[in-house]
This record gives sequence, structure tokens and C-alpha cells, in this order.
Amino acid sequence: MSSDHHDHNGNDGPSRRRVLECMTWAGTGVLWTVAGGVPRSLGIVNEAMAAGAGGLTFLQISDSHMGFDKPANPNTKGTLEEAMAKIKTLPVKPSFMIHTGDITHLSKPAEFDDADKIISQAKLDVHYVPGEHDIIDEEQKLYRERYGRGTRGTGWYAFDADGVHFIGLVNVANLKAGGLGSLGAEQLAWLEDDLKGKSASTPIVVFAHIPLWTVYPEWGWGTEDSGRALELLKGFGSVTVLNGHIHQVMQKVEGNVAFHTARSTAFPQPAPGSAPSPGPMKVADDKLRGLLGVASVTFRQGEQRLAIVDQPLQG
Amino acid sequence: MTRIKKIVHAVLSVASRGAVLMTALLFFLAGPALAADAEVKIDNFTFNPPRLVVKAGTTVTWDNDDDIPHTVVATGKAFRSKTLDTEDKFSFTFTTPGTYEYFCSLHPHMTASIVVEAVTGATQ
Repeated sequence: MSSDHHDHNGNDGPSRRRVLECMTWAGTGVLWTVAGGVPRSLGIVNEAMAAGAGGLTFLQISDSHMGFDKPANPNTKGTLEEAMAKIKTLPVKPSFMIHTGDITHLSKPAEFDDADKIISQAKLDVHYVPGEHDIIDEEQKLYRERYGRGTRGTGWYAFDADGVHFIGLVNVANLKAGGLGSLGAEQLAWLEDDLKGKSASTPIVVFAHIPLWTVYPEWGWGTEDSGRALELLKGFGSVTVLNGHIHQVMQKVEGNVAFHTARSTAFPQPAPGSAPSPGPMKVADDKLRGLLGVASVTFRQGEQRLAIVDQPLQG
Repeated sequence: MTRIKKIVHAVLSVASRGAVLMTALLFFLAGPALAADAEVKIDNFTFNPPRLVVKAGTTVTWDNDDDIPHTVVATGKAFRSKTLDTEDKFSFTFTTPGTYEYFCSLHPHMTASIVVEAVTGATQ
């Protein structure tokens, strides 16, 4: 599979089989562009040419899990480095990068150091939100010390870029037994306040680690109070929700809201219910790198096509 | 079956019956009195067994066999482990009878319980 463009010219989109095949693998990153106020996901290298000079482009990477060294990928530093190398070859430099959490595996200082060292190779501003793996140090302070400047609560914040309002949310803190990801009352109150007075035509991009829609509650893949956040976003014409956590591409469009989860740069996880547990999925060693790549998935938002192009790390 | 084999078979059969009896007797005598240590395995995003019944005084050890870190956190705050990476263990000694619900604070869909029964005075 090399620079695989999955059905860009047809009207039918990729076959179901193709989509399922591609959903599984970890990847390098997802390049996003905002044209006419509607974010479109693009392929990581070749499609960037097509993006041209117009609009805002940014990247999403996720789940780099620095420190993970189990058989599913004993070299997560290597694959993150390869992802950064790919990003550096982009003909159009993205404005910035979003990291949707699980930067580290165990919230160790050395793991954060490795992540910073490697991710900085892309020479882009990075906007982070924490994953549950980033806040498990004893005092739960390392993430906030590094990335929490200017954020509220456990690390949520908002910023604007080229007329698009970006909101980084935290749904991995203070989780309750038997529950899913959680935003909590304080963060929801902040969100309500943050959106107050924004014009309905402002494009909104919300990013958080755990999916903000219910992907598979049996594996905890959802956020229990995300419905309240989506209620607050109801009046906006264009809302894009970007998540990580599940190490595979999933997407859904519901009314004005497009949901998307990104691949990991570290290891793939199984499709919901396809394995006894959501643990790291081991593939043959000689296959891993050829299969680490951004999958191409096509979906519609209104009349507009959104596409992600598969770009393996190797092959 | 040769004669010698028959004899061997008979002896083994008696021996195994005896072992069963002996085990049962030991269990009867020692079971309630000794608070043997117990273990909960963490693997595939589950606590196993999901419900463990022990006597007061038992030390329960959780052993993370998963490829992913987990925690052991009592809903009622009686105990809370650090993050357990693969092969890390956490132990807690239960002295007070009751039902202790617990979960993994990283993956809160993982829930389980320890039921601690009182040790009766007669067997103490």
C-alpha cells in the first residue's frame, strides 16, 4: 500500500471493506484544512498540494504513547519520529498541530521529554489536550506544568485561528466507577460561557482525547456528559469534533456536527468488539510499518466531501 | 490389564481418594481460621475474579498482566493504588468486613468487588 488514494474520483466513496481495512491501523497524522468555514480532512502529503495557499491547514496527531515498548510496537519513538519526518515534507506548511492526548504512556518526565524532543522536529506550534495516560503521575502535575499554561481546570482552553474557534476539552480526569469519559460541571459551565456571544456562523473545532460520542461503551469509548456539550454547540453551523484514544479512524456526521477519531502514532487497537479487550493489537513485525499509515476514509458533510488519504510510514 | 497394572491402579485409586479426603479435611479445619492471601489478576481490561470473597485479615494482591497500565481504586476510598504498569503489583490487607467496590480510574468501565467476611470467634 503506497501513497494510497482511496477513491477520490468516484461518487461512491471507498468500499465498506476498504474502510474497515483502513480503520485498523495506526498512522502518522491527519492534515486538516478549513475552506469556506468547513474543515476538511486531507491526506498527509499529496493532498496538501491540492490544498494550495487558501484557507487554514492544521495537523492532528494522537496517542504517541512515549514509553510504550510492548510487542505491538517496541519502538514508539521511532514511529513518532517517522511521523514528524513526513510532516516536514509537506509542501504547504500547516499553521499548527493538535495533539489529542496520550502523549506518554505513564506520565514519566523522560517520556514527556522524548515527546517534546521528537514533536518539536516538526517545527510547528502544538496545542495539546491530555489523555488518561498523561495524568497518572502521583501529583498529576507534570502535564499541566508543561502544557497547561493559560488553561483552566484540568487543562481546557480555547483559541482562535483564521476565524475558526478551537476548543480543547479534557474528558479524562476525575472519572467515576462504571462510567465513561467525563467533562464535569465546571468545564461545561466554562464551555457555555466561552460560546456565549459567538456568532452561529463561526466554525467550531472541538478536540478532546476520548471520543465525544458513544463509540463503544463496553470498552469505555465514549463521554458520559458529551451530550450536554453538544447541546451547547447545537446553534452553530459547522462543528467538527476531533478525538483520539481508540487508535483507529471512526467518523460520524450528525446534523451540523462531524465527529472524527485519529489514528495513533504508536500502535493499533482492535475495532470495537472484535477482540476480548481494547488492548494494543499486535501485527506481524514486518507488517507494522507498512501498515502504520493514515487511512483514507471518505464521508460527506453537507454536500462537501471529506477525505483522508492513507500514507504508510513505509512501503 | 496385567495383574501388576491392576494393583498399581488400585493403589493409585486409593491414594487419590485419600488425597481428596485429606484436602477436604484440611480445608474444613484450616479454611475458616486461616486468612490465606488472595490474588486478583488484571488482564484484558478486566479484574479476575470480578467478585472475590475473603476473610477479614486477608491480604489481596492485584497483579497487572495487561499490556496497558491500570489502577485499583476503591469507590469508597478505602484503598487506592499507584498506576500499575505491566507486571506491577498492589496489595491491601482487609481488616474490616464489608463489600468493597473498586474500579480502574483510567478505564472506569473496569469494575469489581472484594467481599470481606468476618472471622468467627470460635475458629480464631
